[in-house]
Amino acid sequence: MLASITGLFAEPWALTLLKVIAVFAVVMPMVAYAVVAERRISAWIQDRVGPNRVGIPFTNIRLLGLGQPLADGLKSLVKEDFTPAHVRKAFYWMAPALVLVPSFVVLAVVPFGSMLGEQKMVIADLDVGILFTFGIVSLGVYGIVLAGYASNSKYPFLGGIRATAQMISYEIAMGMAVVPVFMLVGDLNLGAVIDYQASGAWLVFKQPIAFAIFLIAIFAETNRLPFDLPESETELVAGYNTEYSSMRFALFFMGEYAAMIAGSALMVVLFCGGWTLPLGDFFNTQAQSLGQGLVHIGVFIAKIAMFLALMIWIRWMLPRFRYDQLMNIGWKRFLPASLANIILTAIVLWVLHS
Amino acid sequence: MKVDRTELTWWERLYLPTLLNGFKVTLRHFFSWKRSGVYGDKQKGYAAKTTMQYPEEKWDVPAGYRGAPYLVKDVDDKTKCVSCQLCEFVCPPRAIRITPPGDSGVVDREGAEKMPKEFEIDMLRCIYCGYCQEVCPEEAIFLLEDYAITGENREELIYDMEKLLALGGADKRAYDHHVQDGVGEGIKKWETKTREAGE
Repeated sequence: MLASITGLFAEPWALTLLKVIAVFAVVMPMVAYAVVAERRISAWIQDRVGPNRVGIPFTNIRLLGLGQPLADGLKSLVKEDFTPAHVRKAFYWMAPALVLVPSFVVLAVVPFGSMLGEQKMVIADLDVGILFTFGIVSLGVYGIVLAGYASNSKYPFLGGIRATAQMISYEIAMGMAVVPVFMLVGDLNLGAVIDYQASGAWLVFKQPIAFAIFLIAIFAETNRLPFDLPESETELVAGYNTEYSSMRFALFFMGEYAAMIAGSALMVVLFCGGWTLPLGDFFNTQAQSLGQGLVHIGVFIAKIAMFLALMIWIRWMLPRFRYDQLMNIGWKRFLPASLANIILTAIVLWVLHS
Repeated sequence: MKVDRTELTWWERLYLPTLLNGFKVTLRHFFSWKRSGVYGDKQKGYAAKTTMQYPEEKWDVPAGYRGAPYLVKDVDDKTKCVSCQLCEFVCPPRAIRITPPGDSGVVDREGAEKMPKEFEIDMLRCIYCGYCQEVCPEEAIFLLEDYAITGENREELIYDMEKLLALGGADKRAYDHHVQDGVGEGIKKWETKTREAGE
């Protein structure tokens, strides 16, 4: 019996399945607690207290409100799932899933640790990692556009239109921003990017302009303030998710936070050294033992958490851009800046190698 | 109308000064554990923010606040109400119902002709207007500080005389009211009114 189970785990597909389940088991609670963090941090910034009541159900133990995701989840499940009569039903039902899925698919190519035993800590070690990522990230816009279109009502439609223009514009700047990274690394595999940073300085120090553009483009891609024009609850009610209720709305919500986690993971991998830390060989070389491997995964998750905190912080700090300002920055500032950065990097590399 | 826009400098147009300022402001608020003075002196000792942690912390009910109407007792712990039914008559939503004693009335204090057999206030109907307090010649009914009237069903929220007297009790505010008017305890309102009219 035991032999057959261990034999099963020698199969490559079984191990991949195990990794998929493990990633889900880590990312889903991260999504839930990112929501709690958002609410608590926003409250503290606004001189409030935030949700601090819900603890363990049926007891008086409060745990600083850490039981809140349970209550929120239960609430969205038992609320009425109302489908308005005027919507296009097939698209209306499909849209929330289309928002959530791409964010999780992106995580498939992200190396979230070095080694655990014999296993590389990445679900799919693709050689075209970053191309795959950009391909999938651009799918994320379909969910929002479909939601806006299928809702068949004014505000969601405007939100959908805004989402299309915004995400397409910023994807170009984002794609151009990371080109210098791969000129330096010489490989599209995300694992290779981390190896490059493990042996030298992090790319955030070598490519600060690329990092800044990428960071801001991730804000725009995930529809976070100051770029939350598709949602903008003060002018479009709630934009693309106005007509959604209960668990479908919760899926949009989870999609936003999953996209934030995916975006943070990309930033960590591309610019902040992935699972490495410049603190000696223990943090910079492939893990030899299980403990070292787990520490590497912990470092990666901690870095993601820092980026999430930054995104939440920024949200409660800056007002929303006007639509023309948004387009102005995207096309007239970031795109030329990223192109200039490519040329600059090319010149530097040419001078250094000749 | 022509709005003059401020010409931004190159440095300002980079958004960086605003961004840094934003970090500064949000951080200052994030780490401020001082309590604002919105809820009065009572909560000054708490190390928390402006949010009032409601069931644990209560706000200071201001003077003159109209809460739930309760019956109060006099200094000798006797019922003040004499079943004149003025409050029942004046009550706009008809929340008060008084059953007079008829012939078989029991009077438990000197100077009163009768006492109500039953006195009910429907707290679901009450609109906290304070007419009953205004009209009562014996100062037997007061709108006290209670603002959180809750119950699990409608019957529970029809308060009978026993409950109203227990809640009002020998309430301090009812006595303070006398002192505030500069009138000694036990003096009836109609005497005060007569005195005021004579002056």
